[in-house]
Amino acid sequence: MTQDLLLRYLIWPLVKFLVAFIIVQVIVAAMNWVERRLLGLMQARLGPNRVGREFGIPWGLAQIVADPIKFILKEDIVPSSSEKVAYFLGPMLPLIPAFLVFCLIPYGPPPTFVVTHVNVGLLLILALTSTGVYGIILGGWASNNKYSLMGGLRSAAQMVSYEVPFGLSIVGVLMLCGSFDLVHIINYQADHIWNLFPQLIAAFIFLVAMNAENNRTPFDLPEAESELVAGYHTEYSAMKFAFFMLAEYSSMMVNCCLMVSLFFGGWTMAINGYGLTTGVLRGMGLLGGILGALIFITKVMVFMLMYIWFRATFPRFRFDQLMDLGWKWMIPLALANIAVTAIVVLLGDQFDFQGEVVLSIAGAAIIVFTLILLLRPRAKVTHARRVSEA
Amino acid sequence: MSPALLVFALVGTVAVAASILVVAMRNPVHSALFLLLTFLCVAVLFVMKDAEFVGAVQVLVYAGGIMVLFLFVVMLINVRHLPDERVLSNFWKGGFAVGLAVFILFFTLVRPGVYHDPVSSDKALRSTYTYRHRKVKQPDGTVVRKLIRRGKVVGNSEAVGMALYTDYLVPFEVASLFLLVAMIGAIVIGKRELSAIEEENVPAYMLERVETEHAVKGGMGA
Repeated sequence: MTQDLLLRYLIWPLVKFLVAFIIVQVIVAAMNWVERRLLGLMQARLGPNRVGREFGIPWGLAQIVADPIKFILKEDIVPSSSEKVAYFLGPMLPLIPAFLVFCLIPYGPPPTFVVTHVNVGLLLILALTSTGVYGIILGGWASNNKYSLMGGLRSAAQMVSYEVPFGLSIVGVLMLCGSFDLVHIINYQADHIWNLFPQLIAAFIFLVAMNAENNRTPFDLPEAESELVAGYHTEYSAMKFAFFMLAEYSSMMVNCCLMVSLFFGGWTMAINGYGLTTGVLRGMGLLGGILGALIFITKVMVFMLMYIWFRATFPRFRFDQLMDLGWKWMIPLALANIAVTAIVVLLGDQFDFQGEVVLSIAGAAIIVFTLILLLRPRAKVTHARRVSEA
Repeated sequence: MSPALLVFALVGTVAVAASILVVAMRNPVHSALFLLLTFLCVAVLFVMKDAEFVGAVQVLVYAGGIMVLFLFVVMLINVRHLPDERVLSNFWKGGFAVGLAVFILFFTLVRPGVYHDPVSSDKALRSTYTYRHRKVKQPDGTVVRKLIRRGKVVGNSEAVGMALYTDYLVPFEVASLFLLVAMIGAIVIGKRELSAIEEENVPAYMLERVETEHAVKGGMGA
């Protein structure tokens, strides 16, 4: 009896977590190479394409292994005037939540591909990721360097500010699905429609807020090279610096998993109960489970690539612009989204219609309107006219 | 010893030790870190009491938001080394008295059975209640309308939500109003225009910086 419980609640979850963790970390390590190659492609240059050519490894793929080896072998310099405890805690603290969160994410149809089934899973993920800011703020402060401190303070302000729209954008999804449980939310989307359509504005806010949460371009002010050298990790070298990078990419991965689970149907590929729902995948046995996990990973990778695409595309915001965007645009927009969703859901309960349908039509209308605005033929503005206008 | 008791003993000890270290540490940043540890331990205790929603919110709000702001302030005022002579502040007697009073208050008053019905089962924290008027036949034959409470076992988050928005709606909204007032007050105090005397005491370089900022912003707007 005790052995059964131990196996069910301790051994199996640990094994599953280990497998998921290793796969995710391999992807994270590979992301470094993918990012540099893709940035090269977008900027019409080569990127790292040499390492491993002697051993017949194509496209510079050995860079993935070469980078960690370089980080481990480099000299680890500790500034003499740093605050030692906080300096060492800085790179380690963000790693713990960033790794822990991966045991709460459902990768495929339950029960095989879900590590732990927690009924407040989503809330717990938010809580854990919100503690990731400590590493940055502590590292910035402990380095005893003005640039580092500025980077740390900026990052603290930015992450605390953008946690509000980040959390608020999820509320609409919670109201539609009625649960904190990610498995339930994903099944609900398979039975109805991807939450992207009824919660279009929430998905947009989530996308922006998750970029800001991870300090990625266009919100990478904590480490703005042109003003702060390297921000909070200016004084970190070797493996400690790599820890910061590892935590950043891990939490990017977490946010992409959340985005996919909340708005893009997770491991399912179904609409209104037709297609690859959890039931269908379960009927296919282990093969279906692997198929579900592959669908999930593919969707996640699309968003990981989107991060890189953003980095290649957008210029950096100024800090006051960033704060204005967060507090004056994102939060009111998220609150309005909550109010509208609540009203529609309540009316739907009262007059017996499906709230998702109404919200989806509204979402589709927004998409069409945006496309019309973007694609409408515009009069050519000549250079001379622009000058005269200014 | 049951596993639950073992975990409780472990986490509880860490929580108490960390909270003592919060006041014992000389470096305010270290104090803040131990306060963070205390919050995390308390969150674990909440989860062990079947209140997983409260536990998660504890981490989300206190560890993720409020402690970050604490650290922010500590770093901005940059108190690195406090004078080493004193161990206790001048107010330690008063502080000790207040602490003792609060402890006695919690120990004697805040117990099951004082503010609400005694918690009869471990399901109580994950139940929502509905109230309904029912006609009840008394022993003497008369029929009386009575308010009947009915419990339904759901998750802890549903239970907390129902309690906050039904039974405790007014205190909840009043508390949120207080917070709003405090927030506006902070903005009013922080953003007020300086009087003439105060403005004389502002260092010149700060005024210059404000002027440059205005100039830059004005230039961008045009």
